[in-house]
Amino acid sequence: MNAIILSALLGVVMMFSGIITNNKSVLKYIAAAGLLLLIAANLLDTYALFKININTHGLLSFEKFGLYFNTLAFGATLVYVCLSGSDIEKAGINVAEYFALIFFVLCGISILSGFNGLLMLFLGIEILSIPLYILTGADKRNLKSNEASLKYFLMGSFTTGIMLMGIALFYGATGSFALNAPAIIPTTGGINPSFLQVAALLLLFVAMAFKVSAAPFHFWTPDVYDGAPGVFTSFMATIVKAAGFIAFIRLFQSQSVVLGPTWKIILSFVIIATLLIGNITAVFQQSVKRMLAYSSIAQAGFMLFALFAGNDLAREGIILYSVAYSLATIGIFAVLIKMSDYTFDGFNGLAKKHPVLAFTTTIFLLSLAGIPLTAGFFAKYYMLAAVVKEGGALWLVIIALFFAAVSVYYYFKVIQAMYFKEGDAETTEITGAFKTGLVLLAAFVILIGIWPSIILNGFYF
Amino acid sequence: MIPVFLILLPLLTGIVGFFIKEDNAAKGWALLSAVLTLVVAIAGIYFYPSIQQSFDSAWLPALGSRFTLTMDGMSKMLVLLTAVSFPLIFLATYKNRYKNAGSFYALMLLTQAGLMGVFVANDALLFYFFWELALIPVYFLCSLWGGEKRIAATFKFFIYTFVGSLMMLAGILYLYFQTADHSFAWQSFYAVQMEPSQQSLIFWLFFVAFAIKMPIFPFHTWQPDAYEQSPTATTMVLSGVMVKMGIFAVVKWLIPFFPAAADKYAQIIIVLSVVGMLYASLIAIRQDDIKRLIAYSSIAHIGLMSATLFTNSRVGLEGVMIQMFNHGVNVIGLWIVADAIEQQLGTRKLSELGGLAQKAPVLAILLVVMAFANIALPLTNAFIGEFLMFNGLFSYNIWIAAIAGISIILAAVYTLNMVQKVFYGNTTVVTENAIDISGHIKLALVVLVVVVIALGVYPQPMIDLTKDTVGATMAGK
Repeated sequence: MNAIILSALLGVVMMFSGIITNNKSVLKYIAAAGLLLLIAANLLDTYALFKININTHGLLSFEKFGLYFNTLAFGATLVYVCLSGSDIEKAGINVAEYFALIFFVLCGISILSGFNGLLMLFLGIEILSIPLYILTGADKRNLKSNEASLKYFLMGSFTTGIMLMGIALFYGATGSFALNAPAIIPTTGGINPSFLQVAALLLLFVAMAFKVSAAPFHFWTPDVYDGAPGVFTSFMATIVKAAGFIAFIRLFQSQSVVLGPTWKIILSFVIIATLLIGNITAVFQQSVKRMLAYSSIAQAGFMLFALFAGNDLAREGIILYSVAYSLATIGIFAVLIKMSDYTFDGFNGLAKKHPVLAFTTTIFLLSLAGIPLTAGFFAKYYMLAAVVKEGGALWLVIIALFFAAVSVYYYFKVIQAMYFKEGDAETTEITGAFKTGLVLLAAFVILIGIWPSIILNGFYF
Repeated sequence: MIPVFLILLPLLTGIVGFFIKEDNAAKGWALLSAVLTLVVAIAGIYFYPSIQQSFDSAWLPALGSRFTLTMDGMSKMLVLLTAVSFPLIFLATYKNRYKNAGSFYALMLLTQAGLMGVFVANDALLFYFFWELALIPVYFLCSLWGGEKRIAATFKFFIYTFVGSLMMLAGILYLYFQTADHSFAWQSFYAVQMEPSQQSLIFWLFFVAFAIKMPIFPFHTWQPDAYEQSPTATTMVLSGVMVKMGIFAVVKWLIPFFPAAADKYAQIIIVLSVVGMLYASLIAIRQDDIKRLIAYSSIAHIGLMSATLFTNSRVGLEGVMIQMFNHGVNVIGLWIVADAIEQQLGTRKLSELGGLAQKAPVLAILLVVMAFANIALPLTNAFIGEFLMFNGLFSYNIWIAAIAGISIILAAVYTLNMVQKVFYGNTTVVTENAIDISGHIKLALVVLVVVVIALGVYPQPMIDLTKDTVGATMAGK
């Protein structure tokens, strides 16, 4: 509960700090300090040292898993603010509001990691989404940004409708919003409630699949990610998406039983479609930003494996995957924002001009591709291991690995541009602090790649 | 502790190498590191007790993976090959100029660390790590310092091997969940009892990875392009040492785990290998580029080793062990000659060369010895290896042995043809002003020639060194 309350408060604080000071970079430091405070408050909650308790009648429940995810999400946001904070300042005029909105998103994330009733799921998703619609349109004078924002808003609200419909049917079937509520046994005639529940779950599945951009509900992703200002795409594609997955897993780990064997059939269809569309389309992109949008769909395909396996290994895996994927993507976007040309050709010759940038980007790309010695390898490893452990789906693993090989193609295209092609990669000014930040982040990515336990031990200690 | 040093030494010196700005200093540093590794390898293998030859430490307890390094006979032999190759490669290419020499030599040393790791890892996950670690630096080496078409060729190479590695990863995962104690240790994998029907799929998952690396027909198409386009020093590593990863892995990580599947599919694999031998030999005859010629000749030689592996014959396996080392030595020798010619004359085309024996008699003599070794003439090291392998193949199926035997004749055709076109006949415009090779290349080649003849006359040390692996592999069947 600490995190939910504090993040909402910090959002308000950020909003008003825009009135007090006109100095944009001060805001960045306030935000960073706020995030540290948030992490501390969440840790106090995790270790039961100090927690605010409000009786929510079972709509929220805070376990180690969710709280630990909060810590990691806040930590990743801190990394994001440190690396790209100065670019948030440049995204538009209302800098204080952007930071405020980011804190509101974090509030949504903390609800999603602790919801125990569908009402809270709905609230969490909305608190998370509405600030994103605004952030997507932050670049007011850019037509593409406006288009993306409107598109996202329309599609998003439509999905919210579907989700509400699902929640209503669920309530009809069980008479409760609680996740673990059993279906009511019908005493008189009427519609069989288990049918209602199945319909409800399918609607919820569609809504959640939309939020994590799983195919065939992914169509908004490339346009929104491409149209939004780069700094905010970075945030949306990483931390927000990971939170979506946590909610997805929370929702279906208790409910997938209701769907029976159909569940795995539907899910394997979605997984294969997501991997196929994400990877194959990414191959043909000319713009690195758009490629990253499709790659984020492809990565979602891998994250869906956690849902498919649904065991302990999968729960550990989704945490590791979220961290590995988020850190690497935040790093790449931080570099991408500095480039004046977002196409692959814009990266030509970066290695000569800024060897540090090129080298760290290479580490991040290798991590996304899942090459050993980087965090991405163990992330993929855990996902696949979780599925193999369940048994019976080795074919799915082999398909996924084929697509992992495809992903090497487009990730390595960036490496080829940076190292092997001649060119004059134009960047905005690169500060020493930025380089140091990137190097530290890259070192951390490698460290996780050697000892994933540094992330996973958080579950147990 | 010895295997740890063998990995750490090139790894750390490699990382330091990135920061050396001065070209000659980088070369010296790399050579020093490689020589030190050689000393550690020889001392570790011959003079230290066996307790020092393995290492075990916790790594990922939650996954059941340990940092376990061991050296059996085959590992020792390949560690020796790796350790011997690198100083010779650095020596022979000492005068070559590279842009950013520091990074070039650093990546070479990282490759060496990866190779050492592959040969000593005794834990499947660790093995997979090193398998990839050996690949990544090579990707950058070839793409940054290679020939004209380097980017496409290297990328093809990378994607091929990466797909293979991923298939192997799926296989490793499957086997891991079959182990009784949920461990990646080689022993645990070995203890898994699988039904023959279960073995098939997993067998192929592993085999594809190894077949691409070797490479055997029809997985070989990356190889001639990659060999041709890579800087020659890297090609030497690729063909001299790295292809042995595939054969090594079949002996250590495939046949012991899936004996039933290995028997079941032996015929398919042997036929593919033999087809590859003839196919590569025939193409080699038609090549005008020395590098491509050696590349195809290498496919033919590897094909023989791969075929013999599955004949289930003790003598054959002994032959493969000897030949792994010998092929490494011989092919590096040939590459050194090719590189010496290219560096001096600026061409690798047979049609533009000729009469070089008059201008460079020392090079000619040394090449002829290397060429004889490539054809496996008696008194050269390759003779005994090929003899044993054909012996194994013969006991498996006389017709296959006979067909494979044609490749010996073809090897003589393309190798002697090359020798003749490069060294004899009239001098051409290109070779008119050629001079003999300089001291450092001479030294590298003389060392190789001594090894070729010494092991040709007295191959016993290699047989003794790998005795235990041969015994263990045959006992498991």
